Amino acid sequence: MKSDKLKFLLFAVVVLAIPLFIPKGYLTNVLIFVGINSMLALGLNLLLGYAGQISLGQAAFFGLGAYGSGVLNTQYVINPWLAMALVAVGVAAFAFAIGFPVLRLKGHYLAMATLGVGVIAYISFNETVDLTGGPSGLSGIENLSIGSFVFDSDIKNYYLVWSFALVSILLAMNMVNSRFGRGLRAIHDSEVAARVMGVNARLMKVQVFALSAFISAIAGSLYCHVMTFISPTSFSFPVSIELLTMVVIGGLGSVFGSVLGALLLTLLPEMLRAFQDMDIIVYGLLLISMTIYLPGGLVRGIPALFRKIVPARGSHA
Amino acid sequence: MKKLITVALVSFFVFCMASAAMAAAPIKIGALFSVTGPASFLGEPERNTAQMVVDEINRVGGIKGRKIELIAYDTGGDSTKAVQLANKLIKNDQVVAIIGPSTSGETMAVIPVVEKAQVPLISCAAAIKITEPVKPWVFKTAQNDSLAVARIYEQLKKERRTKIALLTVSDGFGASGREQLKAQASRYGIQIVADDTYGPKDTDMTAQLTKIRGVHPQAIICWGTNPGPAVIARNAKQLGINIPLYMSHGVSSKKFIELAGDAAEGIRLPTGKVLVADLLPKNDKQKKSLQSFIKDYQHHYRTEGDHFGGHAWDAVMLLRYAIERGGDNPAAIRKQLEATRNFAGIGGVFNYAARDHAGLTKDAFVLVEVKKKNWTLVK
Repeated sequence: MKSDKLKFLLFAVVVLAIPLFIPKGYLTNVLIFVGINSMLALGLNLLLGYAGQISLGQAAFFGLGAYGSGVLNTQYVINPWLAMALVAVGVAAFAFAIGFPVLRLKGHYLAMATLGVGVIAYISFNETVDLTGGPSGLSGIENLSIGSFVFDSDIKNYYLVWSFALVSILLAMNMVNSRFGRGLRAIHDSEVAARVMGVNARLMKVQVFALSAFISAIAGSLYCHVMTFISPTSFSFPVSIELLTMVVIGGLGSVFGSVLGALLLTLLPEMLRAFQDMDIIVYGLLLISMTIYLPGGLVRGIPALFRKIVPARGSHA
Repeated sequence: MKKLITVALVSFFVFCMASAAMAAAPIKIGALFSVTGPASFLGEPERNTAQMVVDEINRVGGIKGRKIELIAYDTGGDSTKAVQLANKLIKNDQVVAIIGPSTSGETMAVIPVVEKAQVPLISCAAAIKITEPVKPWVFKTAQNDSLAVARIYEQLKKERRTKIALLTVSDGFGASGREQLKAQASRYGIQIVADDTYGPKDTDMTAQLTKIRGVHPQAIICWGTNPGPAVIARNAKQLGINIPLYMSHGVSSKKFIELAGDAAEGIRLPTGKVLVADLLPKNDKQKKSLQSFIKDYQHHYRTEGDHFGGHAWDAVMLLRYAIERGGDNPAAIRKQLEATRNFAGIGGVFNYAARDHAGLTKDAFVLVEVKKKNWTLVK
C-alpha cells in the first residue's frame, strides 16, 4: 500500500517536472495527447484488465465527451467546466443504462455489442449535421479558462490535461485496492465463483463500465478544448482498437501499464519518422515482437527482462 | 607585418565562408500530406509533386540563390496528427510556410494552430469553409466545390433539365458538396426531387438508386471520391438508368474510368484542366503550366500527374513567387500571397485578394464526358 503511494508521488513529480527539461514546442504538444490517451487507456484497463470485460466501443464515450462539450460550448451559453461535468455524468449514465443489457453478454458477443455501440456513435456524429457539423467537423471551440487565465498554450494545456490524468490515476489506484476492486478481480477470475462469494457481479460490471465511460468522456472534453476543432474521424473504430493495443502492450490490469502503453503508442510513430516510408512496417514489427516477447505487457515485461539480464551479468563477475 | 597579413587573410577567408554559408542556408517550407490512410489518393501525388517542384527549383539555383528545403510529414489522414505535426513544423523545424493538409477535416483542425503562430498555410483541400470566412493566414489552391456545382448547373440549365436527384457521400467532401448543391439550386431554377447519401465504405448503392429511379429525376448528381462513385456508375448501369449521371471533380482521374469500366461511358463531370490539357485551345492561359507539370511528372514518376498533384504544384509555385517578390519571413510571404494576381497554375488562374483567399472563378473548371475510356470536352 505504502509503496503504491510512493510510486504515485514519484510519478507525479516526474510528470510535473518533465516540461522543465524538454525543449519547448512540439514534444510538449505530443505529451498533451499522451495524457489524454493515458486517461482513455486507463478507463479501458479498469474494464478489461481488472473486470475482464472487453469493450471495442471506447471511442464512442470519448467522442460523446468531446462532442458534448464541443456542442455545448459552440451553440449554448454554458460554463465549459460545468458542461464538462454534466457531459461526463450524462455519458456515464448512458453507459450505465446500456451496460445492463450489453454486459450480460460474454466473450465475442460482448465484443460485438460494444463494437456496435462504437459504430452507432460514429454514424450519429456524421449524420447529425445541424448539431455536430457532420463529417466536416465542429470548429470554433474555445480553450478552457479560469477567470482571465486561458489555457491557450501547449505548456498550460500540458498541466491542465495531466492534472486530470493524475487525479484519474490516483482514484484508479485507490479503487483497485478497495473492496470494489477486489470484487472486480474476482469477477475476472471466475464470475460464478465471485457470485458464490457474495459479489454482485452484474451490478459491479455495469458500474465499472460506467466509470470507464466517465473517464473517457472527461478525456473527450479535454481533447475538444485543447484541439478547438473536432471531426468524427477522431472517434472512429480504429481509435477503439488503438486504445485496446495501448492497454495490451502496456499491461492488462495495471494502472501504470495504461500510461506506459499510451506513452509508447503515441510517441513511437513520431520517433519512427526517421525511417521515412518504412515507418509503418517498423511500427508493426515492433508491436508484434512486443506481444510475443513481453506477453504481460511492458509494465511486467521490462522488469522481467531486467532481472534476466542483471543476474546473468552477476554470475560472470 | 607578415602576421598582420595572415590575420587579415584568415579573417577575410572566414568572413567569406560565413557569408557563403549564410547565403546557402536553405529556406524551409513545411508540408503536411496524408500519404497513407484513406486519403492517400490525395496525399501521395501531392507529396510527389511538391518534392518534384522543389527539386526543379533547386536545380535551377533556388530562389534568389537560396535553396528550398521541403520538410514533408505524413498525417495518415488523422486530424490529431495533423495538428501535432503542424506544431512540429512551426516550433521545431521553424518553417516559413506550410503546404497542405490534403483533406478538409485536417485543414480545419490545423487552422487554429497556424493562425496563432502566424505562419501562412496553403491548403490543398477543397471545402469552402477553409477560406470562408477569410482567415488572414490561410489560403487554398483546390477549387471551391461551389465552382464545380455552378459548372454542372449551368449545363443542366442549358439542357433544360430542372428535376434532379442528389446522391452524396457522408464524409467531409460529400457534405460540403451537398450543401452547395442545395444552396445554388434555386438560382438556376433547379428542383431537387431526391436527396440521398451513402457511406464512404459502402459497396452497393442499388437501394438508393432504386429509390431515386422511383421519383423520375432528369439527371443524377453524385458527389464523392473513389471508389463510391464507380460503384454507383455500375449500379446505375445494372438498373438500366439512362438519364445523365454527373459526378464531382473528386473522381477526376483515370482511376475512376478503370474502376467503373464500361459503366463510365457517357458520365460527365467538372474537372480542373489537367485531364484535358491537350484538348485545350492554344490561347488558354494555363496551357503552358499544365504541359510543363504533365511532362515533369511523367519524367519523374513514370505515371500521369493528376488534378490533386496540381494542387501541390500551385501551392509551391505560389510560395516561390511570393518569396521572390517579398522575402522569406512569414509575414512578408503572407502579404505577397495575398497580392498574387493572374497566376496561371494547374487548378486555374489565381487572383488572391484580402477578401478572397481561394482565388479562382468557375472558369477553373471544364465539363468533360467519358467517351471510349477517355475524356472529351463537353461543348
